[in-house]
Amino acid sequence: MAIDRHTAIKVDNVSKLFRIPHEKHTTLKAAVLNVFSKKRYTEFQALNKISFEVKKGEFFGIIGRNGCGKSTLLKIIAGIYLPTSGKVKNDGRISPFLELGVGFNPELTARENIYLNGAILGLTRKEINERFDEILDFAELEEFVDMKVKNFSSGMHVRLAFSVAIRAHAEILLIDEVLAVGDANFQTKCINEFAKFKREGRTIMFVTHDMGLVENFCDRALLINRGKLSQLGKPRNIAYEYNLINELEKEKELAAENIGNEGNRDSNRWGDGFAKIEKMWMEDENHEQKHIFDQEQDKIIYIKARIKFYRTAENPIFGIIVRTPGNHDIYTTNTLWQEMETGNFSSGQEIVVEFALKNHLTKGDYLISAAIAYSDAKRYYDWRDNWYRFSISSNKISSGVVSLESKISILES
Amino acid sequence: MKNIDSFKYYGLVRELTLTDFKLKYKASFFGYLWSLGKPLMLFGVLLVVFTKFFKMGNAIPNYPVYLLLGIVLWTYFVESTFASLSSIVGKGDLIRKVYFPRIILTISASVTALITLLLNLVVVMIFMVFSKVSPSISSPLLLLVLIEFFFFASGVSLLLASLFVRFRDISHIWEVFAQALFYATPILYPLSLVPGELGKFLMLSPLAQIIQDSRYVLITTETDTVFNTLSFPFSLIPYSLSIVIFIIGYWIFQKEASKFAEEI
Repeated sequence: MAIDRHTAIKVDNVSKLFRIPHEKHTTLKAAVLNVFSKKRYTEFQALNKISFEVKKGEFFGIIGRNGCGKSTLLKIIAGIYLPTSGKVKNDGRISPFLELGVGFNPELTARENIYLNGAILGLTRKEINERFDEILDFAELEEFVDMKVKNFSSGMHVRLAFSVAIRAHAEILLIDEVLAVGDANFQTKCINEFAKFKREGRTIMFVTHDMGLVENFCDRALLINRGKLSQLGKPRNIAYEYNLINELEKEKELAAENIGNEGNRDSNRWGDGFAKIEKMWMEDENHEQKHIFDQEQDKIIYIKARIKFYRTAENPIFGIIVRTPGNHDIYTTNTLWQEMETGNFSSGQEIVVEFALKNHLTKGDYLISAAIAYSDAKRYYDWRDNWYRFSISSNKISSGVVSLESKISILES
Repeated sequence: MKNIDSFKYYGLVRELTLTDFKLKYKASFFGYLWSLGKPLMLFGVLLVVFTKFFKMGNAIPNYPVYLLLGIVLWTYFVESTFASLSSIVGKGDLIRKVYFPRIILTISASVTALITLLLNLVVVMIFMVFSKVSPSISSPLLLLVLIEFFFFASGVSLLLASLFVRFRDISHIWEVFAQALFYATPILYPLSLVPGELGKFLMLSPLAQIIQDSRYVLITTETDTVFNTLSFPFSLIPYSLSIVIFIIGYWIFQKEASKFAEEI
């Protein structure tokens, strides 16, 4: 397979199949004892017929959810894994690292680690000598050069690792989520360094979750979903597609988690059980059941609960609490506080209680607790704590828990 | 695989060896002396046992130096194989994340042991001077024997390192095996004490050949070597075994190496 001179990496029909044995024999004894027994495997298709080309000087992003196969792809390109089928060709020196600071030895000083890590990245001693001051200067660690790396903060660690890594004069850099660490100041420095690489015409391939980086830096991006190439193209389109996939997957996850609701989370439940909350679900304004609501479009959210009585109940209280995953109450309401008479119910009767809420929540996950109490508000029929999980999505950026729907204007003084 | 020519892997072997060596001796005050302590202690004990209790040593001229050299060489073999055994598994993090020829890790573990051997040999020489053993003219030939030894030990090391990735009980098996090998090699007893055919059989082992050859070229020509124990075509067996074991070890290692990252 020849590649033309404008191509840096050519990935041709690459598949990777992992065979995960049901029982792994890690000893010779076990291997000998089981030599005649049939080996059973679970097969996992990590990558499925992926083909694409990266051009020289291109800034190429690889995006996908956790476990979609993007790191496996990068490892195959780096030569760490062999593909099950297909071929990878590259033209130009590939940096052999995927993660920063691999091979750092905590017992060695920064100086010694620069030489060791440099050698791992393929630099000779002479080349490291030439770059030594530059590396230290970039990492801002001149004073700590003779300190053992085990005493470094994680920020110092990353800075040192990054500084060595970018001095490995590879023409093709493979980077696996490196910018997730380091302070904002250093991140800016790294991004500037990347911009410099780009000007120098080096090829960079990096795996990330950060859509901002992808949109700002990448010339092209690749979206992988469940081991398959889902889309290849402009970063903006890829980022949009990624968000869609993300929500779809999340909807599935939440649905699976909330279905049945019986003891599937460490949710606490207490009460005498003479009335029970059987089921809970959420709907949007069109009374469509879902788990993810849009911050802008879904103005009203319905929380519904089916309740069954096992004994007659006089004027019971129905209530809910909405909490953040960090267990902070955001909103609590019940029929007692709203001065509502709920009525009398007989044994065997089933009802549905609906709470219609204005959606003031911002992007994030939320938990609902639901409860039925006796009319004296001192004893409970049923309390299901942090029982149901839902999510709010948004295209806009805001921070905090509640959207106070601000309008910003600039006025003449 | 990729870019082998453009990378200077020699530098990596050196840095890894240096690191191993530094870490091994950094934490303790006596540093290198510790690694000398073990063979010297064994030497002291065996010397007393075999010269005072059994009087076996009296049969060989310069028995103390003779014994010390054997122990120092044996120590190299043990250190090299045990350090190499875990050289791949112990560096799992590196292997999963960086590409470079995996053999570098095992070779640098072997080289670390080799450096210790060279230092220990200096001690043997000093010991020789004190016991007034005059080195023979053939001493420089020791270099050839050491080269053979390095290849033999590396072959075994490569084999063990690649097997250990799959079978974690290899370390225990090897421990027992090495123990047996120690007694099956003429280190503390002279080969002349082993009756007839068995003695010839023991001499087929490259280890026996290497240790006896070293003694022959360095200490005394009265040492039994393959050449005066075995007849001509058979005398080549231990040398060929060294080469064959290296080739097998290398071949198996390279065959397995591409799967290390997934299996660790």
